[in-house]
Amino acid sequence: MADLHLLAVEIMVAVFGLGLLVLGLLVPRSDRRGIGYVTAAGLAGIMVITFAMRELSGVFMGGYIIDPFSNYFKLAFLVAALLTVFCSFDYIEKMGFNQGEYYALLVFATLGMMLLASSGELISLYLGLELMTITFCILAGFHLRDPKSGEAGVKYILLGAMSSAILLYGLSLVYGATGTVVIAEIGQVAAASGSTPALTLGMIFLLAGFAFKIAAVPFHMWSPDVYEGAPTPVTAYLSVASKAAAFAALIRVFFGALAELHSIWVQLFIALAVLTIILGNLVAIPQSNIKRLMAYSSISQAGYLLLGIVSYSVLGIGAVMYYCLIYVFGNMCVFMAVTAFYNNAGSDEIRDYTGLSRRSPLLAAAILFAMLSLAGIPPMAGFVAKLYLFMSVISQGYIWLALIAVLMSMVSVYYYLMVAKSMYLGAVPEGSKPLQISPGLKVAILASLLILFVLGIYPDDLTNFAMNSAVTFFMP
Amino acid sequence: MLSTNALAFWVLAAITIAAALAVVLSKNIVHSALFLILAFVGTAGIYILLHAEFLAAVQVMVYAGAVAVLIVFAVMLTRRGDIRASNLYNSSYLGAGIVALGLFIATSLMLGRMNWTAGGGSMAANNVEAIADAILGRFVIPFEVAAILLLVAIVGAIIVARGVKEDR
Repeated sequence: MADLHLLAVEIMVAVFGLGLLVLGLLVPRSDRRGIGYVTAAGLAGIMVITFAMRELSGVFMGGYIIDPFSNYFKLAFLVAALLTVFCSFDYIEKMGFNQGEYYALLVFATLGMMLLASSGELISLYLGLELMTITFCILAGFHLRDPKSGEAGVKYILLGAMSSAILLYGLSLVYGATGTVVIAEIGQVAAASGSTPALTLGMIFLLAGFAFKIAAVPFHMWSPDVYEGAPTPVTAYLSVASKAAAFAALIRVFFGALAELHSIWVQLFIALAVLTIILGNLVAIPQSNIKRLMAYSSISQAGYLLLGIVSYSVLGIGAVMYYCLIYVFGNMCVFMAVTAFYNNAGSDEIRDYTGLSRRSPLLAAAILFAMLSLAGIPPMAGFVAKLYLFMSVISQGYIWLALIAVLMSMVSVYYYLMVAKSMYLGAVPEGSKPLQISPGLKVAILASLLILFVLGIYPDDLTNFAMNSAVTFFMP
Repeated sequence: MLSTNALAFWVLAAITIAAALAVVLSKNIVHSALFLILAFVGTAGIYILLHAEFLAAVQVMVYAGAVAVLIVFAVMLTRRGDIRASNLYNSSYLGAGIVALGLFIATSLMLGRMNWTAGGGSMAANNVEAIADAILGRFVIPFEVAAILLLVAIVGAIIVARGVKEDR
């Protein structure tokens, strides 16, 4: 008999999204701002419940896995969604978006990510991925008056469709080679029969499809344009949560179903990781638009995350999980500040950030410390996260890989600090006013910063939780 | 009996592939849409060869019937200008052709080396029941998610199609 209580979180999210859609139609136009507050309250409530149920584990209908691993990622998605909502209040009101639909789509994207993290079976994995991708296509093109946003939407839908087709072909080959869609059973069949040509080919297609979704080089070309054109809160959510979700699914598929082929895919992931880390960081240097800079920065972050996959170990999975959460806080913190700046100044160009430290010390500090965390400078949490990732590859003997990653982290410090230099040393532009930031956004920025500091100094609880979840997930 | 089946398969496969190529290559987008219907029907024929009659009916009704006709209507209602040059090419078809050919050869070589076996177990006589059991049983989560996905797509289509005028 089906244990519906295992699906409690997903059902709550789905019902909440549907409710928001209805609410958006019922509430009069003048009160629509309230929908944002309702969304924030609802997501916070679901987050508390998910946290309370974090030890829940079980398998629904043989193919949908609830375990500490998926619960951890669900919490990360909910945190990211909540911060995105905080980020959206002023922005979407200013842009005149349809608020009910906007927030409902955000919630449905979250549902898609949860499915990705939890599905132990290829069909629901694919549908979760599509739910997430199609929702983001709509959200990226939400700014109907801005041609760039339209371009972002069209680019994402075309390249998203192509990458989904590649992934789907891979899934069909894997199904054809093993005769089952359940990830655990694929693993057993593959272990019994060894690697077959069709399985290997399917694995390569799957790898390409996932590499699109996590924007790893050379499958990254969509991301800077989409990140630049999409509404800033959507960019923030897209850059953190969709990446984390794709990593969760990638770990399930490659560690669960394709473990037999790991000697092949580890080599491919090494190539992807090296290219991604080097290119992402180097191309970020000349960027003059902060959203494009963050796009390349998040490409390089995907490269660091790939190191955890390359290590093919418990430590690697735990490090990926920990890094994903820190990445959520760090990137969201930067994007919240970027949104707040855009709401006031109407610009995303880095040269307009000059003298920001005197116009708004909070925003400047938020960007600075969050970027330091992304770069991996102690005492920020990003340092511990990167340390675990690098340790995981060193423990497998890939010292040169860790060395490249460390060197490229130094490069990333350079372009992050170029922004800081502009903010702290640049002159305040003539006739500029102090920035107005809504209290909700201020609290969210301060809370993320605080978490980045606290987790940097006391990482033990979270890393222990991540490592324990990784152990239950995977025993090599 | 086997040879009739095999012959039917090759004919259907040839029709499907030729139609699919014509979709991409014809310069008039209405012709592309009509070739798309042919490709869908060819696929439906392959489903019938596999004894998946229900799926074949769905394929004909939903894809050939509804989707392709919708495409033709959409082209008719939105298209301005010369219909004879409505399906655009980009300039890098040579490179794309080489890459696609290389990928095709590599894929065929690898899949040709595979010893394919048909799935175990016999086909249920009434596979509509089996499909119903599967989508409301084991695969109930993908089924429900597909419903939400369609809702999201509809909402998105309305948002994008309605445009900006009404917000003002």
